[in-house]
Amino acid sequence: MTGYAGLQLLLAVPALVLFVLQVAGLALAAVVVGIPILMVTVPAARWLAGRHRRMAAGVLGSPVPAPYRPTEGASAMQRLRIQASDPMSWRDLAWLLAALPLAVVTSLVVLVLFVLVVTGVAWWFGVGPIMVARSRIDRWFLTFGTTERLEQRVVVLTETRNQTLDHAATELRRIERDLHDGAQARLAGLGMTLGMAEDLVERDPEGARKMLSEARQTTGAALGDLRAVVHGIHPPVLADRGLVSAVRALSLDLAVPVEVTGQVPERLPPPVESAAYFAVAECLANVAKHAVANHAWVEFTVSEGVLTVVVGDDGRGGANPSDGTGMRGVARRLAAFDGTMTVSSPRGGPTLVTLEVPCDSSSPRTLPSSGTV
Amino acid sequence: MRLVLAEDLALLRDGLIRILEAHGFEIAAAVEDADSLTDALADPTVDAAVLDVRLPPTHTDEGLKAAVAVRSERPGFPVMVLSQYVERIYARELLASGQGGIGYLLKDRVGDVGEFVESVRRVAGGGTVLDPQVVSAVMARQEPIERLTPREREVLALMAEGRSNAAIAGALFVTEKAVGKHTNNIFTKLDLPLAADDNRRVLAVLAWLGV
Repeated sequence: MTGYAGLQLLLAVPALVLFVLQVAGLALAAVVVGIPILMVTVPAARWLAGRHRRMAAGVLGSPVPAPYRPTEGASAMQRLRIQASDPMSWRDLAWLLAALPLAVVTSLVVLVLFVLVVTGVAWWFGVGPIMVARSRIDRWFLTFGTTERLEQRVVVLTETRNQTLDHAATELRRIERDLHDGAQARLAGLGMTLGMAEDLVERDPEGARKMLSEARQTTGAALGDLRAVVHGIHPPVLADRGLVSAVRALSLDLAVPVEVTGQVPERLPPPVESAAYFAVAECLANVAKHAVANHAWVEFTVSEGVLTVVVGDDGRGGANPSDGTGMRGVARRLAAFDGTMTVSSPRGGPTLVTLEVPCDSSSPRTLPSSGTV
Repeated sequence: MRLVLAEDLALLRDGLIRILEAHGFEIAAAVEDADSLTDALADPTVDAAVLDVRLPPTHTDEGLKAAVAVRSERPGFPVMVLSQYVERIYARELLASGQGGIGYLLKDRVGDVGEFVESVRRVAGGGTVLDPQVVSAVMARQEPIERLTPREREVLALMAEGRSNAAIAGALFVTEKAVGKHTNNIFTKLDLPLAADDNRRVLAVLAWLGV
């Protein structure tokens, strides 16, 4: 702990520098010059705060999470905007200001006690409480209390619930339209054809036979439509065999060879399974459509109650997840389970889409969703 | 010929019984769930089975599992598997043992009674009949068998659907002799060992499915 104290004393200097620079950056942001300053100082301040969170977590023996809003996939300017509206950024700033006097007082006391041999006893007994006090103060600045965390959780849940309801309503409308235009229309036509055949059977048996054969073809087409609708709701192989086999079955029908690896230990909760399946299906469809890839792969892992699926391809890269409605839909659907999607797709490839979904229903979900990013 | 029939929907079960009995098959047992299917298949006097993939109790793939199980007991036991949907992964599992006598069709195909009965006969005789939908899914992909000419691939696809040389000749508007030449080329190019024609046809389809 004395080592922590020394380190904190050293880090107090850059903390003050970062504080000054950030305030300057904010002031100058209006005249553009401040923006690049902020682009450098905000991540630096986060790194510094992160070091102190870890030290505080070590001293206090309990995690001190970093509840920043997620910025994955955002452009540099968007990221700055998200960071500016993130209350945690402002708490970081306040902490930077407080860090110097705090470090000087606590760390110096600890170090002085340590250096003077006479006060060795005081050092032995005194360091613990002092560092705990210091860490508590750091924690107070650097992470949210239970109430604030729950408030944020409510905001996230309200948003994802709305998205989920929207998604469900859209899906129902799509299914209704598919049934109406497909199987329903064909069955109506079938009824008419059969009626005509009935009408003709006495006068023109040959014509009636033709009508019947036509009717049989229509039933085939209607069944085909229904199969497509069923597949869009819940693919039968997924119901029969679970996620990995369903993805394997799907990959057999793709033009690009897909290697499916990994195992999911047992059947996942059905909604998670289904959301993950459609997410992978969307990713693979994108690979087939846009990537110009020779090879793709899907890798499943489950550890500590989180299902991770990586869909990769050796195509040309440059995929932007905010371009396609499909990928946005995937992200929304996963968000309902506190799942996340991150895309890494440099120009020239390879493209890697990582999907993470908590799948252990017993795991507590009181951390903000960004905790799982 | 004595058949075991497994189908959980009474309407379809009755329809299948009617069609099969009208065409000279004897239904040894018509069952509606996986447990009674296992019992019915234990009867050594049955010659073949017509199974629905989805059966009670779990309504997943009981019929498929029963088909694989009975064929590991009685290798080559002819099974026609019917389903509301077809998956290539299931076709591969059914054929993985390398033996013929497998049919895998959409239930829609039962509507074409003549063709369906003919397929059951072919499967009972050790042939392989795959649904055109499975076949077209394989055709749509760039398969590793690039040594085959486009015409040979067409012939192989029809072979997978269980067509005879005469039927293939009819579908492609060529003579039966020409089809025979194509099939021989296919067998040679796939390095299939000399064997009875039926068996080589099964092996060719297996190679093509990527089993």
